[in-house]
Amino acid sequence: MTTKNLQLKKLLTLDNAAHLLMRNTVPILFILISAMAIPLSEFSFSYLSQELMTRLIRNSFLVLSLLIPIIAGMGLNFGMVLGAMAGQVGLIFVTDWNIVGMPGVFLAMIISTPLAILLGLICGIILNKASGKEMVTGFVLAFFAQGVYQLVVLYGMGAIIPIERLTLVLSRGYGIRNTVNLIGIRSSLDSAISFDLGPVPIPVVTLFIIALFCLFVVWFRKTKLGQDMKAIGQDMHVAEAAGIRVLRTRIISIIISTVLACWGQIIYLQNMGTLNTYNSHEQIGMFSIAALLVGGATVSKAQISHVFVGVILFHLMFIVSPMAGKNLIGSAMLGEYFRGFVTYGVISAALVVHAWTRFKTNQRQRQHLRGN
Amino acid sequence: MKHIQNFIIDFGWARIIIGLFLLSLFILAPVADVRIDTSISDTVARFGMACVLVLAMVPMIQSGCGLNFGLPLGIIAGLLGATCTMELELKGLIGLSFAMLITTVFGTIFGFFYGKLLNKVKGSEMMIATYVGFSSVAFMCMMWLLLPFKNPKMIWGYGGSGLRTTITVEGYWLHVLNNFLSFRVSESFVFPTGMILFVLFMCLLIWGFFHTKLGSALTAVGSNPDFAKASGVDIDKMRVISVILSTVLGGIGILVYQQSFGFIQLYMGPFYMAFPAVAAILIGGASINKATITNVIVGTFLFQGILTMTPSVMNSLIHTDMSEVIRIIVSNGMIIYAMTRVNKARQKK
Repeated sequence: MTTKNLQLKKLLTLDNAAHLLMRNTVPILFILISAMAIPLSEFSFSYLSQELMTRLIRNSFLVLSLLIPIIAGMGLNFGMVLGAMAGQVGLIFVTDWNIVGMPGVFLAMIISTPLAILLGLICGIILNKASGKEMVTGFVLAFFAQGVYQLVVLYGMGAIIPIERLTLVLSRGYGIRNTVNLIGIRSSLDSAISFDLGPVPIPVVTLFIIALFCLFVVWFRKTKLGQDMKAIGQDMHVAEAAGIRVLRTRIISIIISTVLACWGQIIYLQNMGTLNTYNSHEQIGMFSIAALLVGGATVSKAQISHVFVGVILFHLMFIVSPMAGKNLIGSAMLGEYFRGFVTYGVISAALVVHAWTRFKTNQRQRQHLRGN
Repeated sequence: MKHIQNFIIDFGWARIIIGLFLLSLFILAPVADVRIDTSISDTVARFGMACVLVLAMVPMIQSGCGLNFGLPLGIIAGLLGATCTMELELKGLIGLSFAMLITTVFGTIFGFFYGKLLNKVKGSEMMIATYVGFSSVAFMCMMWLLLPFKNPKMIWGYGGSGLRTTITVEGYWLHVLNNFLSFRVSESFVFPTGMILFVLFMCLLIWGFFHTKLGSALTAVGSNPDFAKASGVDIDKMRVISVILSTVLGGIGILVYQQSFGFIQLYMGPFYMAFPAVAAILIGGASINKATITNVIVGTFLFQGILTMTPSVMNSLIHTDMSEVIRIIVSNGMIIYAMTRVNKARQKK
């Protein structure tokens, strides 16, 4: 009996270890890749930590905006790009009106918020209609929005929507130039209060905003709305039967995500200092989602810790891989292609695992109903 | 009146708008000083180039695997076929046929594993397919650099290794299908008989396939899996077959495209190629779980018609090229429309 117990215990711990390893495969894999690539890239520690700090304050907020739809069971919100677009429109106006510094950043947020709410509402309604295919629909929706964004910014602005500053407008008289210089608000949040920790400058205000938002997520999960979302995420039909207004709650979760992505994009761009009018938002969705997944999140489960672990690991790989590729095989292109492959590979793997488990649980439930 | 209403509901307002849009473009063409025969010539040529790629959607839609967003995987099989053939210095019709043969082999292997994967993720095929396409393109980006190709026409002039981003097929099989039996209709309208015949032949082949026993079993799996299972059809096997077919067709599609276009586009070239093909078949009247050859032909013609007509007509009317924006909005709008429609059909049941 005792031996049996012991054996069972041993099995349990081994099983546990394997389980833990399985659940954190992606972060562990990334740590291994980075551990190999960092010495190869020959970057100094201080350079790496500086770069990582920059990436952390640039991207964390954007990645955080993905959390709430995941709680509501809507998967990875590829539609967050819509929010990023709203933020960029706000920034264009603020630059046009020449409002600089912190007021500029906050005014941009204020202008773009109603737009983000509207876009989130539309996105939510469409996703509700495509229930069960939220992710792929959100994905295509981001492309669709790209077209509408171009229509407004490239043809509408300066022609229908008044733009005063000639430096913003293309020489033909309407449409915004390819790059907008955000010199007026550049780093205004980051350098408002900051101190140096060794070689790394610590931007207090930006970090404070990010921390505030983390608290918001923790608090939000405990509210009635947050609990409703959690219930919907677990089972939509049960939630419906329990009297939760499922469709409405799902729309709210998308609206919150879109608005946050909009603010996140503004924080990101004030750090960058230039706005690539037609490209800045393109890759944002993809990279934010990849970062979140690298941190160990899945399509149906994500925590705040995943966000930060993910941003650090993903961007570490991003910084070192071109140099590592160059020093290893003499081709920086290869390193660049490698990181592209890893980005898409990670997302694919996460999606496959999620879909597979969902399919398996469905099958098991069906078998249960059949009585075997 | 009721007939018209039913027709609109059946056909979908999105398609009607697109059809009217194309019609208005053709009406406006003379006003805008755009030569009708040039436009038709371009439309026909582009129809031929894109048609097999659109056809590659049909098997997977019919077997219930959804829209084939993983088309880039098939395209990669085609690119491998083309590059391998060029490496062997095979030219002309023989070269193209050999490329198709290699493509079929690669497409079958890729499609087999792709199909097995899609069987494991029933219910989320489209999202997975999208990312299978993306990852395979990203993976091949590395491979194009590393694979040991030697033909100096394909590799970078300096360094001596790694394939170029675009490789010309001139001197190999440029326009071999286009020029076969081609005839001049008017000054600037050459009818690419060979290509159109080949495309129609492929369509006929697929149409024929869906009328065989295997083909109808495949359709049964898509339209009613439970019924198919009850009549002893191996669902998973049928789905794998359909995915292999789609992948091979994608590869052959890109070969047809290349011989007319003149270039092999490697690296990120195939990345977004699935979206126009998906949009085209949806515009043609297909839904996420039902598609016919008619949908393919009508859809490709409408979509490519818009793509050719908008730049020229718009350019001379308002002096700006809005075609890119219109293309994005039309194609992605159509896909979203189709995605949101499925549920309605289900609710009616």
